[in-house]
Amino acid sequence: MNITVDEAKCCGAGQCVLVAPDVFDQRDEDGIVVLLDATPEAGLHAAVRDAATICPAAAIQVHE
Amino acid sequence: MPTPAPFPPLPVEPPSGCPFDPPEGLARLRLEEPLSKVALDDGSWAWLATRYADVRAILGDQRFSSDTSTPGYPVSGMTGGSPRPDAARGFIRMDPPEHTRLRRMVTRDFMVKRVEALRPTLQRLTDELCDEMERVDRSEHPVDLVQALALPLPSLAISLLLGVPYEDHDTFQRLTGTLLSRETGEEDRGPARAELLAYIDGLVRAKVAEPGDDIISRLATEQHARGELTHEDLVAFAVLLLVAGHETTANMIGLSALSLMLDPETAGRLREDPSLVRGAVEELLRFHSIIRNGPRRAALEDVEVGGRLIRKGEGVIVAVPSANRDEDVFPDAGRLDITRPNAQHHVAFGYGIHQCLGQALARAELQIVITTLLRRFPTMRPAVPVEEIPFRTDMVIYGCHALPVTW
Ligand code: SF4
Repeated sequence: MNITVDEAKCCGAGQCVLVAPDVFDQRDEDGIVVLLDATPEAGLHAAVRDAATICPAAAIQVHE
Repeated sequence: MPTPAPFPPLPVEPPSGCPFDPPEGLARLRLEEPLSKVALDDGSWAWLATRYADVRAILGDQRFSSDTSTPGYPVSGMTGGSPRPDAARGFIRMDPPEHTRLRRMVTRDFMVKRVEALRPTLQRLTDELCDEMERVDRSEHPVDLVQALALPLPSLAISLLLGVPYEDHDTFQRLTGTLLSRETGEEDRGPARAELLAYIDGLVRAKVAEPGDDIISRLATEQHARGELTHEDLVAFAVLLLVAGHETTANMIGLSALSLMLDPETAGRLREDPSLVRGAVEELLRFHSIIRNGPRRAALEDVEVGGRLIRKGEGVIVAVPSANRDEDVFPDAGRLDITRPNAQHHVAFGYGIHQCLGQALARAELQIVITTLLRRFPTMRPAVPVEEIPFRTDMVIYGCHALPVTW
C-alpha cells in the first residue's frame, strides 16, 4: 500500500487522525493533514482505507 | 407572491411513533424517489436528496455552491439563511477560495490534538455540573438535564475557546434560541441578529484592545492585524463559531442521554465497558442526525446525480437524517447499535469541504458527558412519559427543549 495526501484539498476536520493515528497527523500551525507513514504495515491497511473513505475532502489517495 | 410550486412540502415533522425517527416521509422518498422536488414556503422549489450516496456526491462536489447569494440557493424556510452577500454570512456560506482561506485560519484551533489537550478541562467542567446536579434536593426533582448539563457544557467550552465571559451566557442562549426557532418571525429575527452582532462586535473590540489567550484574540492580533481579516470578518467568525458550538452539541447531549435511558441494556454495556464510548458516540450521531433539513446548495453547472440532471441555478437540500438511515449503507438502520462497524461513515457532520469544523470538540464532549453520566447517575431516568417530553420539532436543530430526569 502506498498513500498520498493532497494538502490543498484537506479541510482539517481530522477524521483520518481519529481512524488511523499511526499514519496521519495534523500540522500544528494550520491543522492540515500530515502523512506519517506512506507505506504502512498490513495491520493498518483497513484503518487507512476507512480514513480515505470518510475523509470529507477526498484528500487521501490509497494505491494498493 | 408567486403561485406555490406543485410539489409536496419539505418533510420536517417527525412521525407520530418514535421521536428519534427522521421526519415522516423521508424513508418513502429514499426508496421511491431519492431525488425529488419539494416546495418551499416562498413558492419556490428545490431538489431533496435522501440517499446516502447522492448526499455524499452532492456535498463532496464543488459544483454545488454554499453561497446563499448564488442564484437558485434555497433560502426559504428553516435553515435556509438569508441571501446576504456580505462578510457577515460567515465562511459556511462561502465557496472556495474565500472559504478555504477563512476556514484555514481556525482549523488548528479545532484539530484533534488541541481537543485532546482540552479533555481534562472538559472533564472538570462536566464534573462540576454533575456536582451541582447532585446537590439538588430530592424534593426539587425532577431536574431538567438540558438546563443543568446539556446546554451549559458546550456553552462553557466554546466560550472558553472564544474568550467569551461566562456572565454573558444567558444573553447568548436567548438570542441563539430566537434566531434558530422556526416560530420566530422576521420581525423578531432581525433585532435578535442585530443584538448578537452588536455584542460580538463589542467583544471583538475589547479583544483587539486587550488580547487574551483565545481564538478571537489570536485572529485579532495575527490575521486582523496583518490586514487578512476585516473587522466584519472577525465578527462573522465569532458569531459562526459561537452559534455553531452552542446548540448542536447541547441537543446531541440531550438526545443521547434520553435514548440511553430508554435503552438500559445498551446503557449497561457502555457502563461496564467505557471503551465502547467512541463507537457509541458515532452511532448516536448517526442515529439522531440532528440537522433535520439541510445542508443546502445551489448548482453552479448542470450536474448529474443519481441518474437525475440537476440544472445550473437549481437549489438542493440534502436530508442528513435520511442518508444516515440508508439501509444500503447501515443495515437495520433504525436500530441503535453502539458496536456498528461503520457508524463513523455517517454524514451527521456533513461531508465535503464544509464538514463541521468543531467535530473533534463535539465528539470529546459527548464521550465525556456520556461516560460521566452513566458512572455518576446509574439510576437516572426520565421523570415524565416520553410523550410529554417537548421535542424541538419547531427548530432547525432537533433535540428536546427540556428533559426532566430523576435518579
Ligand atoms: S480526514 Fe481528510 S480533510 Fe480531514 S484532516 Fe484528514 S486528510 Fe484532511
